[in-house]
Amino acid sequence: MSATRPLCFQDLILRLHQFWSEKGCAILQPYDTELGAGTLSPHTTLRALGPKPWAAAYVQPCRRPSDGRYGENPNRLQHYYQYQVLLKPTPEDSQQLLLDSYRAIGIDPELHDIRFVEDDWENPTIGAWGLGWEVWCDGMEVSQFTYFQQVGGIPTVMPSTELTYGLERLAMYVQGVENVYDLDFNGRGLTYGDVFLRAEQDYSRHNFELADTQMLLTHFNDAERESMRLSEAGVAQPAYDQCLKASHLFNLLDARGVISVSERASYIGRVRALAKAACDAWLAGEETSHG
Amino acid sequence: MAELFLELFSEEIPSGMQARAADDLGSLLTKALDGLNPRDLRTFFGARRIAAVLNIDAEIPARSVSERGPREGAPEKALEGFTRKHGVTPADLTQENGFWILNKSLDPVSAESRVSEAVPDLLWKFPWPKSMRWGAGSNFTWVRPLRRIACLLDGHVVPFALARDGDDAHGLKASNLSEGHRFLAPGAFEILSASQWQDELETRSVIVDMDSRRDMVRTGVARLAEQHGITVVQDDGLVDEVCGLVEYPVPLVGKIDAAFMDLPAEVMQVSMRINQRYFALRNPDGKAAPYFAFIGNLPFKDGGKLTTAGNERVLRARFADARHFWDLDRKTKLADRVPALAAVTFHAKLGTQAERAERISKLAGTVAQAMGLDGAQIAQAERAGLLAKADLTTGMVGEFPELQGVMGGYYAAHDGEDEAVSRAVAEHYLPRGQSDDTAKAPVSVAVALADRLDLLAGFFAIGELPSGSGDPYALRRAALGIIRTIRNNGLRLDLTALFAQAANGRAEGELAKLPDFMAERLRVQLRSEGERHDVLAAILTHGLDGDLVRLLARTSALSDMIQTEDGRNLLAAAKRAANILRIEDKKDGPHTGAPDPALYTQDEERALAAGLDQAVPAIETALKEERFTDAMQAIAALRPTLDRFFEAVTVNAPEPEVRANRLKLLARFRATTALIADFGQIEG
Repeated sequence: MSATRPLCFQDLILRLHQFWSEKGCAILQPYDTELGAGTLSPHTTLRALGPKPWAAAYVQPCRRPSDGRYGENPNRLQHYYQYQVLLKPTPEDSQQLLLDSYRAIGIDPELHDIRFVEDDWENPTIGAWGLGWEVWCDGMEVSQFTYFQQVGGIPTVMPSTELTYGLERLAMYVQGVENVYDLDFNGRGLTYGDVFLRAEQDYSRHNFELADTQMLLTHFNDAERESMRLSEAGVAQPAYDQCLKASHLFNLLDARGVISVSERASYIGRVRALAKAACDAWLAGEETSHG
Repeated sequence: MAELFLELFSEEIPSGMQARAADDLGSLLTKALDGLNPRDLRTFFGARRIAAVLNIDAEIPARSVSERGPREGAPEKALEGFTRKHGVTPADLTQENGFWILNKSLDPVSAESRVSEAVPDLLWKFPWPKSMRWGAGSNFTWVRPLRRIACLLDGHVVPFALARDGDDAHGLKASNLSEGHRFLAPGAFEILSASQWQDELETRSVIVDMDSRRDMVRTGVARLAEQHGITVVQDDGLVDEVCGLVEYPVPLVGKIDAAFMDLPAEVMQVSMRINQRYFALRNPDGKAAPYFAFIGNLPFKDGGKLTTAGNERVLRARFADARHFWDLDRKTKLADRVPALAAVTFHAKLGTQAERAERISKLAGTVAQAMGLDGAQIAQAERAGLLAKADLTTGMVGEFPELQGVMGGYYAAHDGEDEAVSRAVAEHYLPRGQSDDTAKAPVSVAVALADRLDLLAGFFAIGELPSGSGDPYALRRAALGIIRTIRNNGLRLDLTALFAQAANGRAEGELAKLPDFMAERLRVQLRSEGERHDVLAAILTHGLDGDLVRLLARTSALSDMIQTEDGRNLLAAAKRAANILRIEDKKDGPHTGAPDPALYTQDEERALAAGLDQAVPAIETALKEERFTDAMQAIAALRPTLDRFFEAVTVNAPEPEVRANRLKLLARFRATTALIADFGQIEG
């Protein structure tokens, strides 16, 4: 390994952007609504459907309200970043591309132990599943690798390769840091904690203690109704936005502990129905635009 | 003879699917190439490939087959259809036994042509448990993308492609190319033969033989442990799993940060095994050693320094997470968690875990009482029953469900619960599997039994019974857990009464089937121990004795008896008597009632009657007093009398009253044997 200083958080992102840009990906910006995972962005979910090729990479902030730890846990955050790549159709050298991207950020596979460990990926809230791996580096999962087989309950006619990097973990690994808040953010003294610690503390209180559950429930019902109405009107992405909102509201309600185990499945089913309707609307529009 | 070599080289195959896939490949090939007399099959599997090598004949020799056509007098059309189908004319046919017959001579088929036809078909239909599509639209699926097919017959490529019906199947076709280690030897190499392939792979850092990989892992880890003066916690399942993850196993050892050594050993071990696939190590005193072993996938340039440091760091993060749960969980008393169980559904028709906790608690008290425990212990059993499931709401069990019970035990101890209570919370899941010990401490036993009694009674009451191979609620395991716990502890309990308590007045559903279900589990268990299940069946004719200890003592006394000379002969005599009665009863039976001594004409009859008069009360008393061996002896003692009876007495005497009387005597003998068991069920 080179003796140069390890990459700071923002340079890690820049390297990945550089790498995937050179591989022909559109470098997109984060989607502007709360998402539980990079997969949920319409840049992945909707584009994975239908017969049109697509190649995009973007950073996506992810919100997992229940993972808040008041800034006290060195590894868990309720807000973090994923680096998301979608390649459609699946390139022959998908695995090699991922490994090359690791080299680009300073991880040498001959010094580190890179493994592809079975993972049957599934996201029931959007009716999606695929086969692939957790990619391990020295025993740590640094990426998720999925060949999409179904999205929105619809089989993918042209399967795509989805690569998701957990950016904080990867950065902690590259920098040899054990506490996420100690990450070197910009190479000039700014840490991850300087940027996010206060937010983690405040959001943890919000997610677990303060969020108005009655309001959240009302918003959930509104979003659900609106999403269905928009899907029926054939405007796929606005409909999908409302589905994403419903999904995040559900996650907040869950973090507030007001959803019982038996209700959980029913909420997930309701969100999945929205996702499916939006996906159907998207596909219908794609077919029309094809003539 | 020719060597057939087939390798399917793909992206990483799930570890747990490899062995089965290699087996399937071997058996499917053997079946498909039947005509070529396949033999000497060897299969290989690893992270990125499955392969098979076998010997086959060079060709399917020329042979003739005859096909039967329509009847001689059949309409013209039928004959036309037959000739068209086979591409022949009526002149090629002969007539035999009223049918048109086509005698075809088939040309020899070369091995190459048979293989090239059979293999693509086999690969299209390969039975992966879960497979996937990839690329731009082919419907050819594999467990993960299939990258290369190597197929050679004595070193020559067998030409075939997977494309069919307009589907290009990713352009996959047979070649003579394979690949070595992903990082150490990228790129393809040419295969000449199976043995050269195996050698070449080894030079290219792939150990393709599973046994060799296992050996490298086992001996490597053991050697490293020895260097630190410690030992490995044996885990064959883990060895197999990691051998499916790496192509070139390199065992390494990392250190566990001293700051985490106070975590419960079970927590450390589960976290290492489940999350990381690390081997746990032990000090000579049996306590957890501050080291872990793991298996790298290549001999690292730096001897593994960087990767070891990386793995140590990952484990620190894992343990930090575990510590977070450990510290957080202990802030809430286990007892205070019981109300939260009301939010956890146990089963839609069986209520919440809170309701279940109440039931287990009450039942544990009942069981403890039935076991003859004292008042304090009964209270402890009730307390432990109430707390038994409370750890389901802890963070640690949420993260590691396999630690349920174990964590409850730690947390209960931390809360200052009685030692017997925290021990029972921890142990009530025992036995978790066949190889697991059962609970031994009395309070633990009471809760373990109560848990399973409630489970069985509940699911039988709602009619959710195991069927065939499906047993989603592990009811068979629960039944076996009860049986083993009772036997190992020699508990004199009335299971029938306890099930009635568990059913709590309900009689709906399939509850009536519960005794038969328990009897069946007992039978299966005894058979697996090599005991004669027919002997148990003979005893069970009386219905399941709720006191399993008594039931088994009786079974084993009977089992011993029929192995003696007297026992064997008595058994034969009993069967003979039963046969005679069955036949004669059909004519004019049944022949019931006491025989009339006045109608005895021979001494042998009188002797048998006297013997029975003596044996019956002796057997009854012995059974009542549970002196089963004595009961068996009492009946076995009849043997000489019986032998003489059958030698000298013709049962079917010409005089009807004498015959009827003798049949009554035999019926009395049968009734006497029935006090012991249904001898008809015993084989031999």
